[in-house]
Amino acid sequence: MLREKYADEIDALLARFPQKKSAVLHLMHLAQNEYGYMSDEAMKEVAEILDLDPTHVMSLAGFYSLYYEEPVGKYVLEVCNDLACALRGADKFVEMASRKLDIPVDGTTNDGLFTLKTVMCLGACDRAPMLQCNLKFYENLDETKFDNMIADLRARAAEGDADPSVVERIFSYIK
Amino acid sequence: MSDQNSVMVSLTIDDKDISVPKGTLVVEAAKLLDTEIPVFCYHPKLESIGACRLCMVEIGLPVIDRATGEKVLEADGSVKLNFGKGQVTSCTTVVSEGMVVRTQTDGVKKTRADMLEFLLTSHPLDCPVCDKGGECPLQDLTMTYGHDTSRMDFQDKIRLDKRVPLGELIVLDKERCIQCARCIRFQDEVADDPVIEFHMRGRRLEIVTFSDPGFDSIWGGNTTDICPVGALTTSDFRFGARPWELNPVASICSHCPVGCNITMDTRREAASGGRRVIKRISPRQNEAVNEIWICDKGRFVHHFADAPDRLTHPLVRRDGRLEPVSWDEALDFVAGKLQQHKAAVAGIAGGRLSNEDYFEFQRLFREGLGSGNIDLAERRLAGGDVVAQVGIASGSNLLDLKKGDAVLVVTANLHEESPVWWLRVKQAADRGANVVVINVCETRLDKHATHVIRYAPGQGLKTVSDLLALARVDTGTTGEGDLAAAATALMEAQNLVVFYGAEGLTYPETDTLARMLANLLLLKQGEGDDAKAHAGRVNNGLIPVWSYANEQGAWDLGIHPAYGPAYKALAEPGLSAADIYAGVDDGSLKALFVMGADPVGDGLMNGRGKLSFLVVQELFMSETAALADVVLPAQSWAEREGTFTSGERRVQRYYPAIPPMGEARPDWQILAQIGERAGLGKPLIAASLAFKELAKAVALYKDMTYQTLSRVEQQWPIISSTEFYYGGTAHINSQGLGQQWAAGAESGVPAPYDLPAEPKPTSVDGFRIVRIPALYMPGTLINHTELLAQRVARPTLYLNPTDAVNFADGEPLAVTVGDETFDVEAAVSDSVPAGLGLLRGVPGARLAGFEPATVTRRPVAELVAAA
Amino acid sequence: MEYVLLRHREIPNLKKLDVYREHGGYEGLKKALSMTQAEVIDLIKASNLRGRGGAGFGTGIKWSFIPKNAPDTYVLINTDESETGTFKDRELIENNPHQVIEGALIAAYAIGSRLVFNYMRGEFMDAAYAFEEALQECRAAGIIGQNILGSDYSVDFYTHYGAGAYICGEETALIESLAGNLGQPWSKPPFPAIEGLYSKPTVVNNTETLANVPMIMVNGPDWFKAMGTPQSPGPKIVCISGHVEKPGNYEVTMGMTYRELLAMAGGMRGGKKFKALLPSGGSGPIVVEDALDAPLTYEGLTPFDSVMGSASLIFMDEDTDMVWATLKVIHFFRHESCGKCTPCREGTFWLERVVERVYYGRGTEADIKLLESITSGMKGKCLCALGEFATSPIVSSIKHFLPEYKAKVAAGMNGKVTRAAAAAVR
Ligand SMILES: Cc1cc2nc3c(=O)[nH]c(=O)nc-3n(C[C@H](O)[C@H](O)[C@H](O)COP(=O)(O)O)c2cc1C
Ligand code: SF4
Ligand code: FES
Repeated sequence: MLREKYADEIDALLARFPQKKSAVLHLMHLAQNEYGYMSDEAMKEVAEILDLDPTHVMSLAGFYSLYYEEPVGKYVLEVCNDLACALRGADKFVEMASRKLDIPVDGTTNDGLFTLKTVMCLGACDRAPMLQCNLKFYENLDETKFDNMIADLRARAAEGDADPSVVERIFSYIK
Repeated sequence: MSDQNSVMVSLTIDDKDISVPKGTLVVEAAKLLDTEIPVFCYHPKLESIGACRLCMVEIGLPVIDRATGEKVLEADGSVKLNFGKGQVTSCTTVVSEGMVVRTQTDGVKKTRADMLEFLLTSHPLDCPVCDKGGECPLQDLTMTYGHDTSRMDFQDKIRLDKRVPLGELIVLDKERCIQCARCIRFQDEVADDPVIEFHMRGRRLEIVTFSDPGFDSIWGGNTTDICPVGALTTSDFRFGARPWELNPVASICSHCPVGCNITMDTRREAASGGRRVIKRISPRQNEAVNEIWICDKGRFVHHFADAPDRLTHPLVRRDGRLEPVSWDEALDFVAGKLQQHKAAVAGIAGGRLSNEDYFEFQRLFREGLGSGNIDLAERRLAGGDVVAQVGIASGSNLLDLKKGDAVLVVTANLHEESPVWWLRVKQAADRGANVVVINVCETRLDKHATHVIRYAPGQGLKTVSDLLALARVDTGTTGEGDLAAAATALMEAQNLVVFYGAEGLTYPETDTLARMLANLLLLKQGEGDDAKAHAGRVNNGLIPVWSYANEQGAWDLGIHPAYGPAYKALAEPGLSAADIYAGVDDGSLKALFVMGADPVGDGLMNGRGKLSFLVVQELFMSETAALADVVLPAQSWAEREGTFTSGERRVQRYYPAIPPMGEARPDWQILAQIGERAGLGKPLIAASLAFKELAKAVALYKDMTYQTLSRVEQQWPIISSTEFYYGGTAHINSQGLGQQWAAGAESGVPAPYDLPAEPKPTSVDGFRIVRIPALYMPGTLINHTELLAQRVARPTLYLNPTDAVNFADGEPLAVTVGDETFDVEAAVSDSVPAGLGLLRGVPGARLAGFEPATVTRRPVAELVAAA
Repeated sequence: MEYVLLRHREIPNLKKLDVYREHGGYEGLKKALSMTQAEVIDLIKASNLRGRGGAGFGTGIKWSFIPKNAPDTYVLINTDESETGTFKDRELIENNPHQVIEGALIAAYAIGSRLVFNYMRGEFMDAAYAFEEALQECRAAGIIGQNILGSDYSVDFYTHYGAGAYICGEETALIESLAGNLGQPWSKPPFPAIEGLYSKPTVVNNTETLANVPMIMVNGPDWFKAMGTPQSPGPKIVCISGHVEKPGNYEVTMGMTYRELLAMAGGMRGGKKFKALLPSGGSGPIVVEDALDAPLTYEGLTPFDSVMGSASLIFMDEDTDMVWATLKVIHFFRHESCGKCTPCREGTFWLERVVERVYYGRGTEADIKLLESITSGMKGKCLCALGEFATSPIVSSIKHFLPEYKAKVAAGMNGKVTRAAAAAVR
């Protein structure tokens, strides 16, 4: 339960806003980080903390593209193939990634480690091809770098990946 | 155009001049000129969002010379206009002085055609099977303003789910939705149940619900009215009929004292053997009563009228069995028996009969049989006589309450007992009115209240008495704390409306309560000669939250042992219901006439006791009817004409919508026919004449006839007209806005009521339980509405965690009060006061006030057996 | 050149408070605190600083719209930065956060606000550590909080993260999103300056806009106006991407030509020929060769029916398939349309379908007309600018590259271009 696990962070977060509903996106980031995706349980928990009808949380989960409403892999690779990146080879990069991971776009590897997605501009067009993986940017990529990145992530996963996630780090500033 | 007419603004719309109150939207101003500006997302009862872009017009504003502040003129002397960069949405633009609006230019026409074309690119165009077909704004506006061809490639259409139940009451067709957000905004802004929302974005935007149960709101049906397409439908009307086959009939909802104006749409139905049946109920505009909203109970609980187990023939008991007989035979028999027992007869009536029925009922007893033993089968709330003096003044409209005004709600749960009053009080709060809630436990109004006063069990009257003391500024009493703040808010209010109910109070306590609240309304505010009481002024006064739709009418017409019609105190009071039931038991009463009530089924009367004659006039073979010597089949309110009087003392007409079931007759007629046999003269042949007689005899109703009750006037906002569509399928009111009779205080403020010196708090040691109301309380009518089965309140005992040490949420419990035991389920919640159990959804529970009770865990026999 | 905004490129560790202070940091705020609110607003007005978020509205004027002595007002920094080809604000929050914070605090003081939020797109969380750290440093140093810098002015300052929605960069959608509602814009009026966050007066400014403010406070309006043109004074970060040798952010003074900017970015990649430029990410109409000599100013591209916007320059070379590029851009807008208003929701969807059809060789000549006609139904009719933006790649690419559309149609009819041939687009 988020409420228990992040009691201090949540209190501090709610204290920031004149109206606590404002904390909903933060809490959804936290819930997704905890549950892997916006499961029914995750949405209900966020709603309960903020006294919202869970329908509202569901509504936001659908509106914002960073929330996943279906289970995803441990690492979500989101490649920008918007125009600026595409002019610098992003589409080819996606094809390569798809081939290497042996999954189609929006697919998840059998071991549950990787999900591949394409996304709109991430604000790193000068360093294309690039992707974000669990909110971390990997830029100026090519096939070799991609291979290394995947190998590195696999190794980390095997070790249990103890590093705090981007969301956890941001929440550490909230307290 | 309620109360803004102070400052008027002049503008020109398509070369026609008009003056409208400041703050009016352009789209509304145009309606007054009969100029149609088509809309989809705009709804006069909702905040404008300017989303559909259909209402765009060209608007020019006079150019003002900065230096002189004068209007700049063109060479030809006309005022120079600035038409800005382009078209604007008339639903979000407020009128301003000198504004020039053009609604018929080529540019505006192109916008309308373009927006319609856009909407149709994603619309399924399944009009032939769409419930809205025939009353669909998208269809109609396309006919008027659309392109005649479509350039959308059919391949490009997206296919979406066409049957998505949002809960069991409302069904969504995703393809038909045009994303106007009316439904979402209604649920959020008006109903405060934001249980449906948009999901996804862009072209994928769709309505979802994630509440439990789905679409968890008692207002959901209204969204199907205001949905401008066939996207939202009620599951009972879906694919039920084409709108043009429907015959709309004006009626009044019979479920609570609000008196919502409704329309029953009827149709001949093959499945019912060609009988005309009610296909749906929707709201009918009455801005002073329900605006254009109704609750789901009013909308869905009508199926009882067509139920196959309705009584169809008079029945007389022969050899122990009830057998059909002719009307004449039955009536002769009843008249004979009643006259035979003349001195020892009594009459019991239900609370939802018509005024005409009540009038004839009391006439039969008082004049025909010489008996004053008449009463309602069950009274939970007293104070009709007080209401007659200080009831909300005629001409009042809760819609007018705003900042500076106040509403007090005492021991009533409006959301459950009279939902539309809840809605209107909540909206008054939204407009800035102070709302004070006094109750023993949490209610849905608390969230919108400015002052919430909780009293301890048994302290209800004491609390109100303290409030009254604090409110008496003339005594110089000042106080601190919540109650004092509430008292100040009430007394400083420009207008004050007080609702009172019977939650946690015994019947005699409610009588004291009514008097106390009357005294509150009679307190003068202000200094010296300017001092005036709230009572008697428009938008001020008392509103009783009666348990039944026409309890007010029953009071007015003297269905009371102590009062005759028009509150004439009787020198010799008759027996009250309690005395009558006792008389049945001990044999002092010989004959009983029960009309539209089931005292046996409701646990009020222990069988037929020592009665020698029992006659029951009913719709169904109730438990009481099953014991009767004669059963007379009555027409339901849907089958006949009549009037109800609301808690705001508004007398309103309803009309026959469906043919009578079998040989059933209207109650008043049956009574008059018995009366004829008892020497009361020829019975009248029409309800209108019965009302005429009534109005002659009852001074309160003297200015009313069926004609005056059916008067209408232009209402604001204009939701619809014969040519134009604006608001939804809520019907315009062409059959009567009703009439309020004037309370006594309107013609002279009465003296304050005598009160018991100091209300005695009821002793409240130990664990107590109190009954709390539920809208969907199980009962005869609701049980005939399968659709609501899942929503019907389950027998539940709400408990504070400190009282629930031995059992958990959801566990089966047995609650014992005196010698009665109820099976319930536990619901544990912090919001319940410690030491108190809130009993909800137990139909048989005859509890008043706070009863000592024992609660035990109930063995679940079924489960044990299954294991 | 001397940097005004991208000073971190010259000053290592500028994101640290002490380094920032060594280089004159928070002097602008100090100066502001010594002035009246009206004086601060007048000074910014005098500088003619215009919004860098795209619309170019006068910053001082915007601040002056806030009702005087309103009890609750808010300053919101717009770091939603989601326009295709735009990546300037991210560089600022990541490397020069204090300059943004200082600018925002000056704005807050000027309008009497006690609460500032920086709304950053959720994808910037990783980049935002520097900003979060800078805020912590400020709190510790008494720059944020009670009686900042010893004055009697108190202000709180927090970050906020979006979650992936371009529309939340539009100021009213941003406000809705920050309030916890669906991030859909509202139809103005009411303007945020009167009814913004929680219905209170609110100023929304772009990150880069605010980064200019401290330097203007310190150096004065004349210093600022000495850069650029009278209508478009000051420095501007230009985001250059696409087929150039050295994509990246470039800080320039306004008035420089697009050709010069291309040269700064090392010219077209691999010596290819220039074909087309999207001068403001996806939302500014495409321009061609003749516009390259126009100056980078708010009005510079007006003769070419285009805009400077956020100055996100996407250069495309001779090999670029313009129908493909158009499809990419309209795909973006269809994907990002919030769905609130009819013409944008339905129009972007329909446009994408038709461009797609043309691109995959299933289109007809009539489809090209249809595209123009759909845009005419959208222009001037949408609730916010997104729908308007969505029409510009269509209209401008047809205007400049009609033969390419026609060729697609013709080729398609010969069956030469198949769906599979360009499957990577989506
Ligand atoms: C669809 C859309 C997206 C926008 N995105 C951004 C954005 O990411 N960042 C930004 O600063 N302004 C964006 N804007 C402009 C803002 O609405 C607003 O004008 C700006 O933040 C004002 O700041 P400024 O006056 O400092 O430029 C966007 C506008 C629209 C219509
Ligand atoms: S379901 Fe009906 S009312 Fe609701 S958004 Fe769709 S069209 Fe409008
Ligand atoms: S935009 Fe005005 S009615 Fe929809």
